[in-house]
Amino acid sequence: MHIRLSVNGTEHTLEIEPRTSLLDCLRDHLNLKGAHAGCEHGVCGACTVLLDGVAIRSCLMFAPQAEGMALTTIEGVTPGPGELSPVQDAFCETHGMQCGYCTPAMVLVAHALLADNPNPTREDIVEAISGNLCRCTGYAQIVDAIALAAERIRGANRPAGLRK
Amino acid sequence: MKAAPFEYSRVADVDEACAMLAADEHARVIAGGQTLVPLMAMRLTRPTRLIDINHIAALCYIRVENEAISIGATTQQCRVERDALIRTSLPLLARVVPFIGHAATRARGTVGGSLANADPAAELPLIAITLEATLCYRANGRTQDVLARDFFIGPMTTSLPNDAILIAVRFPVWKGNVGTGFHEINARRSDFAFVSAAAQVEMTDDGRCRRIAIGIGAATDFPIRLTAAERQLQDTVLEPAKVTSAVADVLADIKPLSDLHASAEYRRRAAVNLATRAVADARARALGENFRAH
Repeated sequence: MHIRLSVNGTEHTLEIEPRTSLLDCLRDHLNLKGAHAGCEHGVCGACTVLLDGVAIRSCLMFAPQAEGMALTTIEGVTPGPGELSPVQDAFCETHGMQCGYCTPAMVLVAHALLADNPNPTREDIVEAISGNLCRCTGYAQIVDAIALAAERIRGANRPAGLRK
Repeated sequence: MKAAPFEYSRVADVDEACAMLAADEHARVIAGGQTLVPLMAMRLTRPTRLIDINHIAALCYIRVENEAISIGATTQQCRVERDALIRTSLPLLARVVPFIGHAATRARGTVGGSLANADPAAELPLIAITLEATLCYRANGRTQDVLARDFFIGPMTTSLPNDAILIAVRFPVWKGNVGTGFHEINARRSDFAFVSAAAQVEMTDDGRCRRIAIGIGAATDFPIRLTAAERQLQDTVLEPAKVTSAVADVLADIKPLSDLHASAEYRRRAAVNLATRAVADARARALGENFRAH
């Protein structure tokens, strides 16, 4: 069937089988490999993308269901080529990743959280990433990364003298 | 982990969806798909057609109807989680929704989908049973109501006719000094519950129980309400020992589920404990709100 998908601000027209998961569609049809295939049945969270700004699991959706909605993948969060978003920067600085398999999903969950709640408590951060498995870091540095990103984004538009 | 082939139809109207469902016995309705899609990925189910009702605007709402709160079937769980009306009028539902799956699944999962799926461990069926909700469905061009206690008839099984589509659920609203409590036991945060207990109480100004509802989930084929225990506890001060013995009396007669994670005896023991704590929390909150108001 023909579907139209809006991904990272670009409209795509695709010919796909209805049974194609949104995850496979992004990876195999649009060559956006940042959404990772982990368990493929909604447990690990590695395939997380943003649907109209909200974190969802792309393995738990068939591609035709996403028609008419705005998708954001990890490829769409950077301000420009070769640059990183404040959240990605913070993950690098706090060593919020090791193997990197869960990282795009963690970054997107953090983006969704901070767009909704610029001043999250540690508990809010833990709750936000509770659906995303990481088998390397023990989560502590990921929580640190999101807290650091939150602090930087909050201070970003304030005069230098007012920053902490 | 790839679904078998199927046809996909996005419908704009409930009756159109019902007609499609009636025309093909292997067609399935999809709303949020947070249970159906993994079942399809594991090929535990192979529908010939998916009827996507997610874009029927008339099924997505939260509103007051005849002193009850009516929630449209495709209303996403995350919307219930954030709704001000739900927080003030259905405090038990507001308390329980954050326990459903994870934020990413609540963003897609719907209220009607969870009810129609009838997982014994799911939170929404438990609250529907505990608060005596009415479920509303559409079939053959007619709209019909069914009480929650007549809707859930087995694990993953409801009394919904084959060609019917659940369109709404109505929860009664309690007035007065109302408090709620909820506890569940699971292996990981927001994973499937082994046992869950929900309680809602209304206390009089002098601290006696005017009205009480206690429900137990995940312990049996479908959630149960402990009406016999409620009768014993009405007009008492809800002394914890009395709550425990009333709940234990009722649960002595049930046959809990038993599996790898939790034995029948464990489920029974945990249910008594969780129900006692849920009632104690509900009582404290009902009285606390009252004291603050004075």
